[in-house]
Amino acid sequence: MLEFLISLLIVTGAVFAFIGSLGLARLKDFYTRLHGPTKATTLGVGCLLIASALHFSIIEQSASLHEVLVTLFLFMTAPVSAHMLAKAALHLGLKSLAKLPDATMANRSMSPRHKQTRQ
Amino acid sequence: MRRLLPHPLLTPVLTLIWLLLVNSLEAGQIVLGLFLGWVLPVLTLQFWPEQVRIYKPMLLMRFLGIFLLDIVLANFTVARLILGRPERLQPVFVNVPLDVKSDLAISFLANVISLTPGTVSSRVSPDHRYLLVHALNETDTEALVATIKSRYEAPLKEIFEPC
Repeated sequence: MLEFLISLLIVTGAVFAFIGSLGLARLKDFYTRLHGPTKATTLGVGCLLIASALHFSIIEQSASLHEVLVTLFLFMTAPVSAHMLAKAALHLGLKSLAKLPDATMANRSMSPRHKQTRQ
Repeated sequence: MRRLLPHPLLTPVLTLIWLLLVNSLEAGQIVLGLFLGWVLPVLTLQFWPEQVRIYKPMLLMRFLGIFLLDIVLANFTVARLILGRPERLQPVFVNVPLDVKSDLAISFLANVISLTPGTVSSRVSPDHRYLLVHALNETDTEALVATIKSRYEAPLKEIFEPC
C-alpha cells in the first residue's frame, strides 16, 4: 500500500517536472517561458521529495529530513532566479508578447549602468 | 547587545537548519548548531542592515498554509495553460503599487508572487514603490492587482511591519 503511494507520488512528480520543461518548448516568448520552470517544477520536485522522505523514513526505518531543507532552498532560489532572469530580459528589452510597460522603458534609459554600457 | 546578537531570530533558524543538515540530535551537534547560529549573523552583519522582526507569528503560519495551497493550485493552472493552446495566451505586464515598505517584506512578496498562479515578479522600481509583475494569461489586470494586494500583501504587511 505504502509502496503504491510512493510510486504514485514519484510518477505525479515526474509528470509535473516534465510539463514544466515542456513549457520551455511550447510557449512563445521569453517571459512566458519563465512560468513553466518556476511553478510546474515546484510541485514536481515537491512530490518527489515527499516520496523520498516517506521511503527513507518508513521503509528504511531512519528518519530522513534532508527533504525539508531541499524544499526550503528550492523555494528560496526558484523565484529569485526567475526574477533576475526577467529583470535582465527587461533590461535588454527582449521581444515580448505582452506590451512592455512604459515606466520600465523610462527607467531603463535613465539607469546609469545602462548609460555606461552605451558609451 | 545589538553587536553580540544582531539577529535573535536567525540563531534558532540557523541551528534548526544545521540539525536538519546533519540529520541528528546529538548534544555535540546542537552545540555546534548554536555556535554557527550565533557566529554567522555576527559575521554577515553588513549584509543585513535591517533588523528582522516578526510581529504576528500566528498570521505567518496561516499565511504559509494559504501559500502552500496556492502553490499546488498554481502548478495545475500553469500545467493546464502549457498543455492548452499557447497561441491563445494573453500575457500582460502589470504594475502593482506597493504598500509594504521594508526590503524584507518586498522580497517576500516578490517571491510569493513568483510561486503562485500565473505570475512572475520581474522588477522592482528603483524607488521601491512599484512591483512589475508578468502574468501568463490575464485579461482583467485590475482584478489581478486587487487579488495580489488583498491576498498576499496585506498579511505580509501585518507580519513584518508594525501597524
